[in-house]
Amino acid sequence: MSILARAEAAEIAARLDPLPGLPAHKRLRGPETGLVMVRGRTGGDGAPFNLGEMTVTRCAVRLADGTVGHGYVAGRDARQAELAALLDALMQDPERRPGLEAAVIGPLERAQADRRASQARKAAATRVEFFTMTQMR
Amino acid sequence: MYVATKGGERAIGAAHAWLDETGRGDPALPELTADQVQAQLGLAVDRVMAEGSCHDRGLAALAVKQSRGDLIEAAFLLRAYRTTLPRFGASAPLDTNAMAIQRRISATYKDLPGGQVLGPTFDYTHRLLDFRLAAAGQLPSGAPEAEANNEPTPRVTEMLAREGLMQREAESEAEPGDLTREPLSFPADRALRLQALARGDEGFLLSLGYSTQRGYGGNHPFVGEIRMGEVAVGFTPPELGFEIDLGDITVTECQMVNQFKGSRTEPPQFTRGYGLVFGHGERKAMSMALVDRALRASELGEAAEAPAQQQEFVLSHCDNVEATGFVEHLKLPHYVDFQSELENVRTMRASVEAAK
Repeated sequence: MSILARAEAAEIAARLDPLPGLPAHKRLRGPETGLVMVRGRTGGDGAPFNLGEMTVTRCAVRLADGTVGHGYVAGRDARQAELAALLDALMQDPERRPGLEAAVIGPLERAQADRRASQARKAAATRVEFFTMTQMR
Repeated sequence: MYVATKGGERAIGAAHAWLDETGRGDPALPELTADQVQAQLGLAVDRVMAEGSCHDRGLAALAVKQSRGDLIEAAFLLRAYRTTLPRFGASAPLDTNAMAIQRRISATYKDLPGGQVLGPTFDYTHRLLDFRLAAAGQLPSGAPEAEANNEPTPRVTEMLAREGLMQREAESEAEPGDLTREPLSFPADRALRLQALARGDEGFLLSLGYSTQRGYGGNHPFVGEIRMGEVAVGFTPPELGFEIDLGDITVTECQMVNQFKGSRTEPPQFTRGYGLVFGHGERKAMSMALVDRALRASELGEAAEAPAQQQEFVLSHCDNVEATGFVEHLKLPHYVDFQSELENVRTMRASVEAAK
């Protein structure tokens, strides 16, 4: 779920759509956009306080066999929330789960890890290496 | 009165049409897209999210475009939009210690674990206008990359706290007050103060923070640490009953370290001023941290005489949407009020004349 929350709808669809035999689903709720109040902590590690809200879109779907899936994603992308809910429902089926892990979740997770690593490498390039007099001697 | 209303309607319609035309500017030039605003005027977008108190870069960019770059107007638009949405709940408190750091600097320790990471900063630029940007079409050369060693980046405040030299924050999981649900009343606790400051006007907080440095309630601040980067937002949907990530958001955090000479119950130590804002907003986070510490004066047994130390003054005036509403309402028709004032002044003058 956390991985789908960080993926764009098109990225998820591109990996999900080619898969054969996906069952139809019915929307139970939404997709609907609302707000979540984001909290911080006083001093970074103290008591919680309300920092401000963020937009969040949620969706609940039901498969033909009755399985219910939920999706909650940051932002206002209705399709992303629905796909997240659909995958949540599909992955509750132990037979389907490994295939979806391999075809959808795994590649998305790797792409996200690559993005994070690239950011980390750019940050590392701006890390200051102090040369003090002692080191220069 | 009826005629005036109809006349006003037509004039308002024409004024808004002209506003749209003026906002679009020269039609021979390509139209600015909200995506371009989001990507290329990112700090304006971040400021609007912070002061609009709603994290959504796309909406904030649209608001900047619609307001023709008037950022207070944009924050107002965003605040108005948020009132149309239901609230699903509250997130788990952000763990800024687990931030994917883009920038992290300390003015108190040169060599700290995890190092000083400059990130994408205006610091050390020469502030010379870059005329290459006036001639569009050149892509920047690209940021260099280096091996990331994933060294942990512990908080400076924690390092001091372990030595017993930094006052610990109260350990509490109490449900914080929410000024969007209950109007502020005074005295406001620290959680409410931080919420108000986080959505407060950057310019107002900057000036107040500056005033503390110039001696109006000085608190001898050092930047213990500033960090900016992405943090995960955790949320527990009631229908699931376990926490999931909604995604990552960029925030800027500032920990000001301030001297405290101690009191009857507490030994001399350092205390914190804390700043946390949506997006990349370092000036705002620093200002917030200065003002947060100033507002702790009474709690720490310090004299609270300067403007920045008086919570009723600071918190009642830091919200630019509220402030602009009250200042700008003055331009709305006050015909009847003014008539009575006019009558008053004429009467007073007449009585002064008569007494001569």
